[in-house]
This record gives sequence, C-alpha cells and structure tokens, in this order.
Amino acid sequence: MSDTHAQTVSYVRETMLPEAEPPVGNRGALLWVRENLFSGWLNILLTLVSLYVIWWALAHTMPWVFRGIWNAGSLSECREIRDATLPEGTSAACWAVLSDRWQQLMFGFYPRELYWRPVLALVIFLAAIAPVLFSHMPRKALWLTAASPFVMFWLLWGGSVWFPVSVALGFALGWAAWRALAPLAGTLIASIVAVALPVVYWLYSAGTLARELDQAMPLSIEYVPSQDFGGFMLSFIIGIAGIILSLPLGILLALGRQSDLFIINKISVGFIEIIRGVPLIVWLFTASLLLNYFLPPGTNFDLMLRVIIMVTLFAAAYIAEVVRGGLAALPKGQYEAADALGLDYWKSMRLIILPQALKISIPGIVNTFIGLFKDTTLVVFIGLLDPIGLSNAIRASTEWNGIYWELFVFIGLLFFICCFSMSRYSLYLEKKLQRGHN
Amino acid sequence: MTTTSDAPKAGFRPSQLIYDTRYRSMTIQVIAFIALMLGLSWLVSNTIANLSALGKDFDFGFLGQRAGYDINQRLIDYDSSSSHGRAALVGILNTLLIAVLGCALATVVGVLAGVLRLSKNWLVANLMAVYVEGFRNIPVLLWILLIFALMTEATPQPRDFREGGDASMILGDSVAITNRGVFIPAPAWGNGSMILLIVLVLSLVAVWGWRRYAHKVQEDTGRILPIGWGTLGLLIVPLAVAFLALSATSGRVTQPIYVTGAAEGTSLADFGAAQQGINACAVPYSTESLNLRRALRAEGLRFNVVDVTSAEEAIAAAEEGRCNILSLPASTEAATVPAGAVALSDTIRRGSPVQFESPVLGGFNFEGGLQLRNSLIALWLALSLYTGAFIAENVRGGILSVSKGQTEAAFALGIKPSRTMRLVILPQALRVIIPPMISQYLNLTKNSSLAIAVGYMDVRSTLGGITINQTGKELEGMLLLGLFYLVTSLIISSAMNLYNSRVKLKER
Repeated sequence: MSDTHAQTVSYVRETMLPEAEPPVGNRGALLWVRENLFSGWLNILLTLVSLYVIWWALAHTMPWVFRGIWNAGSLSECREIRDATLPEGTSAACWAVLSDRWQQLMFGFYPRELYWRPVLALVIFLAAIAPVLFSHMPRKALWLTAASPFVMFWLLWGGSVWFPVSVALGFALGWAAWRALAPLAGTLIASIVAVALPVVYWLYSAGTLARELDQAMPLSIEYVPSQDFGGFMLSFIIGIAGIILSLPLGILLALGRQSDLFIINKISVGFIEIIRGVPLIVWLFTASLLLNYFLPPGTNFDLMLRVIIMVTLFAAAYIAEVVRGGLAALPKGQYEAADALGLDYWKSMRLIILPQALKISIPGIVNTFIGLFKDTTLVVFIGLLDPIGLSNAIRASTEWNGIYWELFVFIGLLFFICCFSMSRYSLYLEKKLQRGHN
Repeated sequence: MTTTSDAPKAGFRPSQLIYDTRYRSMTIQVIAFIALMLGLSWLVSNTIANLSALGKDFDFGFLGQRAGYDINQRLIDYDSSSSHGRAALVGILNTLLIAVLGCALATVVGVLAGVLRLSKNWLVANLMAVYVEGFRNIPVLLWILLIFALMTEATPQPRDFREGGDASMILGDSVAITNRGVFIPAPAWGNGSMILLIVLVLSLVAVWGWRRYAHKVQEDTGRILPIGWGTLGLLIVPLAVAFLALSATSGRVTQPIYVTGAAEGTSLADFGAAQQGINACAVPYSTESLNLRRALRAEGLRFNVVDVTSAEEAIAAAEEGRCNILSLPASTEAATVPAGAVALSDTIRRGSPVQFESPVLGGFNFEGGLQLRNSLIALWLALSLYTGAFIAENVRGGILSVSKGQTEAAFALGIKPSRTMRLVILPQALRVIIPPMISQYLNLTKNSSLAIAVGYMDVRSTLGGITINQTGKELEGMLLLGLFYLVTSLIISSAMNLYNSRVKLKER
C-alpha cells in the first residue's frame, strides 16, 4: 500500500522530519523566564515589585558595604578617611571596628596569650562530636567523646587538672556500681545506687580527693575566672553545654510524661508546663537574683554555671514536648510488639521506641537547639558579656562611640551561619534516616 | 479459669516490692514522691533560713505601697504616687498591648509570606525564603536592637520638620516619623458617637441575620446570595449615613467659649492678649477639646490643657481658678455656667461624632495626636517580623499538607477556584496551621519580656524590675511575675486545646 502510494502521489513524504528545537520563546532561559516570572498579569506585577524591592535594598546597602573602610583606629578617623577619599555625602561602613575589636567580640576579656586554649577546646569539641553526627566514623571514638567534656572544661577554665578528673571519677563510679549490681540485685536497686553513689561522692569526697591529689602531684595551668569569658566563646559554651545536657534530660522528661506511673507523670507535667509557661529571661533573672535563696546559706556559685543550668532546664522542657510528640506518633503496635518480645521497659525504649521516636522528632529537636543558641544572647541582661553585651561595651568606648550597624551585621552574620548550618544538618539527617518508600 | 489470674495465695514477701511488676511501680512512685518531698523541703528550709538571715519576711504588702516612679506609657491612670500594684497592672496592660498588636501584625505578615513563598513566581518565592531564613536564624534580641537603632538614629528630629528642615510628614501631613517616636492622628469622640456605636452594633446583628438567611436560602433552593457584598454593604452604609447625618445636624451647631476674668463679648484674640496664661479645661479625646484647641492655635495662642472628666468637673475647676477657658454646649443654662464666667464673641463648632486630630509641631516636639514611642514600635515590628517568619513556615506547611487530589476533585465537581480555596483547601489547611500558630502567639507573648532591651515598660520592667529594686522583694516579685506569665500561657494553650478538639476529625 504504502509503496504504491509513494510512487503515485509525488507530494507524500517518505521520511520522518528530524526533531526540531522548540521555538526560541519556548525553550531554555526564555521559557523559564516566561513561566516563572511573566506568566500572567499578577505574576508580572509581583516580579516588578520584587525587582524594585531587591534593587532598593541592594542600592542602599551594597555601596555602604563595599566602600567600607578597614583601616582606622576610631570612628572619627574612619569618617576622616571617608571624607578625604570619597565624594561628599556618600556613606561607607567602618569595618575597622571589626579588625580592631574582633578578638574581643570572639573571646571577650579572655587573656590574649591564652586564646589557644578555647580554640583547642573548639577543635576537641568538633573532633568529639564527629562520631556522634556521622555514623561512618569508628565507634570506639565515642569513648573519647565521653572524655572530651572534662578536657574542654579544663582547657577553658584552667586550674588544677585534678578537679575535672575527680568529677569524672564520679561518673565512672556510678557506671561501675551499675555494672556490678545489675546482675546481682536487679535493675531497680542498681540504678538507685548508680545515681546515689556518685552524688554522695561528689558532695563529700570529690573536693578532698582533688585537693589531696593536687598536693601530691601539682599539675595545673593558669586559671581564668568566668568574668573574663565573653563574646561568641561565651555563646558557644552556654549553647553547647545546654544542648548536650538538655537532650538526655528532655528525653527522660518526655518518658516521664508518657509514663503510667501517676506521680512520675504529674511531676514531669508540672515541671514541663511551669518551665515552658515562663519566659527564659524571667528564669535567668531567677537564676541571678533568687538562686542564692534556695541554696544552703553561704553557698555562692558561678553565675555562668547558674545560667547553663537554667538554659538546660529550659531547653529540656521544650525538647520533652518535641520528643513526646514523636512518642505519641508511633503506632501502638510498636509498644505492644516490644512488650511481646519480653523486653523490659528500658530495653524496649532503648531498642525499639526511642530510635523511631527520636527520628520523627529530629526537626523539632534541632529547632529547639537553634532556639537555645539564639537565646544565649539573653544573658546580656544579667550582666554576662555575650556578643551583644560586648557590642554595647565597644560602643561605650571613646573610639567607637556611635557605631551600630557594622557590629550588628557582624554578630547577625555569625549567628546566621551557625543556626543555618544546624538547620541544614537536620535536613541531611532527616533524609539519611528516611526509611519510607518515597 | 478465672481463678488462675488471681494473685497467688502465698503470703506477701518484701522482695515482691522490687521484683514483682505489680508492686514495683508502687515502690518506684513512693521513692520518687519521697525524693520530691525531701527536695522541696530542703529548698523551703533553705529559703526560710536565708530570708531570716537577711532579715526579710515573705509578704505581699509592698503591692499597696507608693511606687514613686514614672511610667512613660500607660493605658490607665497612673502617676508616681500610685501603688506598686497599680504599676504592675500598668505593666501587665502594656505587655498585653504589645502581645495583641504583635500577634495581629505577625499573622498578617506570616500568612502573606507563607502564601507568597509557595508562589510560582521564582523571584517572589526566593525573596520570601530569604526573609524567613534571615529572621529565623538571627536572635530576636538583635532584631529588636537593630530596629530600635534604626528608629532612633536614622529618623529625623522633630526640629527637622520646621520650615526649611529636610523632613516632612507623610500620608497627607497626618503621620510624622521622628527620632522621638511616630506621631499618628488620635480620634476625638464628639456628640453622637454613642449613636454611631449603636448603629454599628445593629449592623453587626443585621450582618449575622443576613448570613443566616443566605445560608438558609442556599440550603433550601441552592441559590447562592452575595454574602460578601451584603456584609460589606450592611457594615458600611448605615455607619456612613449616620455619620454624615450627625455631622450635618448636631455637628454644625456652634457653642460658646466661656472665660473667666474678661468682659462679655471679647474676642478670643483680645482675651489671649490680655491674659498671663491660658489654662483650658477639656475632656481628653473629646471633639470640644479638639475644636477649642484648634481655635486657640488658629489665634497663635499658647496654652495649657487641664484634663477633666466631665462638664461638671470643668465648671468646678473653672470656679476654683484652675482654668480660665472652657467650652460648654449652647443650651447650657446660665445657672450652670461657672460663676464669673462670660461668653466670648468667638464660638466653636460642636464637631462630628468622630474627628481625627493630626499631630502638629509645637515648641520642641509634636503635640496632639498619639505618640507611639520608639520602644513600642521597635518591639512591635521586631517581634512581628520575627514571629511572622515562623508563622510563614506553618502556613506553607499547612497548605502543602492538603493533597493535590483535593483541589483536582473540587475542580472536577465544577467548583470555582476561589470557592475551592475557601471551602475545600482552607478548612483542611487551617486544621494544620492553627495549633502551631497559637503556640507562636504564645512565644511572642513570652518574647515581649525582651522589652527590657529598649526600655519599654512591660510587666517585667515594672513589677519584675523597678519594683523589685526599690522594695527588695525579689522572691515575691519574681513569683508574681512568673505566675502572670504562667496563667497567660495556660489560658492561650487551653484555647488551643479547645480549638484542637473542635476541629478534630470526627472518627468512629
């Protein structure tokens, strides 16, 4: 059929046309622009408005940023340089305040010759956290992670090495007690002893032991008091300590709130609701004004430690609520299956329930951590020198009186980088732990 | 069969308290309870010991004592001779004010940004992403300080608004943005404002009836009445008619200005020239007060305003000599005019039910109008933009959570896009959006305690700040402060629970 046709009718095509490109307006960048920016009158209007907004914002900030002056000793010197080099009436940032004072913004009044210590502590922290964050690291490295808090504490505050060692000994004592007693007397007695023994040890013999050891074998580095801590170092210390301590406490509180035991349940609910119902700033004032009322007369302990405790309790209450959501989201069958396997409460939680519940709660937990890190700025109100407190101090000096935006930009940028990378990590973790079929 | 699950007959052994799951939970709870009580009694005994060592007692009597400090922004009457309790109340109202304002603006900003972030327009979607990420990842305290610095450092001074200065008012000379705050028109309520209020209430009732009627018609016949236009019309038309009618009749009535210490029929200008100082008795936020002040300003006279609460009090004040000029309605009988007062030849209009008083530049600052302090504005904007970024994410998540099949099903049924949004998407999305949104409101309310950064006098600054410093009652003050926040957040979260149980999917 087709043969005859082709021979008799001369204008019928024998061959297929080669594939042609779509018209210019329908491919590549033009298509993209048309579909994404100019698809309808509303879209065109939105595009124009946003273009104007972007142009307005950039036109007001970019020249100021890039004309910035980096070499000057004071704000007035900055202005002289600006008036001398730039046409009249132009504004320029005075980044010189950063090159002059960046050490202060980072470390506060920490002794200059000891800067290596916080830096080394940060390196140790990063090395210690790596096995926790990324699962392809060797598992044995977790032992170093467990030891790192004491090393970091010693590096940051200095003093005798025996103090952190004797505190660490308490944890070892508790762990040893649990290992020894659990097979003999059951988990309940073992866990009570494992908690009570270190507490008694810390209260009554840890201090003496540290002093004795120090006299026997003095080994110490220069002591730096908490008042000298400041800047981003302070934010990091409070933030990281709060994050590390609040997660286990938050999980315990969440388990308590889901518990069938009436009294445990009510204690957890009360704690969580009271902590969450009151702003952090009120808790911080409580820590700085009232804590001494609640402790035995004569005790007086470090303001920074009080802040860390308050921030930890605060974040723990929020984490408890997030984890509770994860626990509640698990199907009931998981709990029943764990019971059917004959696992006791802690084993079923550790092996079956919590891994799944925590996976669901990762975004919420990381959001809480981001919130906690941002909230470390509030310590400025009780007299600690966080970056914002230091920016006030810098502004109060005669050289830099009246400088605002440069400091705000710098502090904001650093916080942004930290918090944004935390949220990206949570996205990565969510993807990695995804077990669904999509 | 049933007997097998009964407890064994053998006697109770103490070891069962630990090894038997039936008794072990009791053991754990008793231990926890004892530990809790021990801990609490330890805290209380420490507190009692510390208080007695400091020679302090635990009572709330300080709330009745004289506060002795000023609060620059107050919604109720307060001065430095008021009590600490009153100061706390002023602070509470300020906290609630910033919370309500902030929640309203944050909702608007958040919903807009959340919807725009889902826009097909690449530029807008990314602009909104920058806004959301920028605000979510930077501490709110920094934003508050930044906006406060913008308001105080980058805005013109009031004197720049004088002729020859380089600043000018915006929105038809009614709003001035200065480094001392933003000045906006203030409403003044005149004769007949009560009638306007009644008309408004009647319109609301009518709107309610109209909507019910429209629903009934739709249920019965399937005919859809224009609910939106009807509502709008019922709200606006009666109000506008009543306002215009009242302004044209009673608003045009003139009323005399009474003065003391001048001859009858003197003009206002002559009276002003003859007097040492002019003190005007006026009810705040009334049109009489506004028009009297306008008349005085038109003559270029300087004057003080003595605030009174009613015409009777104004007369009494004039007789005591606290003021020498006031305006009373023309129908006032001679007996009720202050003794020794005479009417001037000039008169003033009584004024519309509602008039707006624009701020005008006075000696060193703007006068009249409402002054929104920089602390309020900075706190308000920063909290709203910050919380708005979180709400935007909630809104985006809520809209994305409605599956595409719902839209397609609605379109397949032939429902218009706008109605699909209103009747199909929104009801399902709101179920997801509202609960986290309410907890954002809660966060905003708690974050309002950052007022300390800009010197806004909220409850933490009054009760938890100056009062504590003055009286030394840290324990009681912080306790009350914590209780206030706790009660507020419990109320908000119980509202959320109520909503949750109402919109819960009805399942069998």
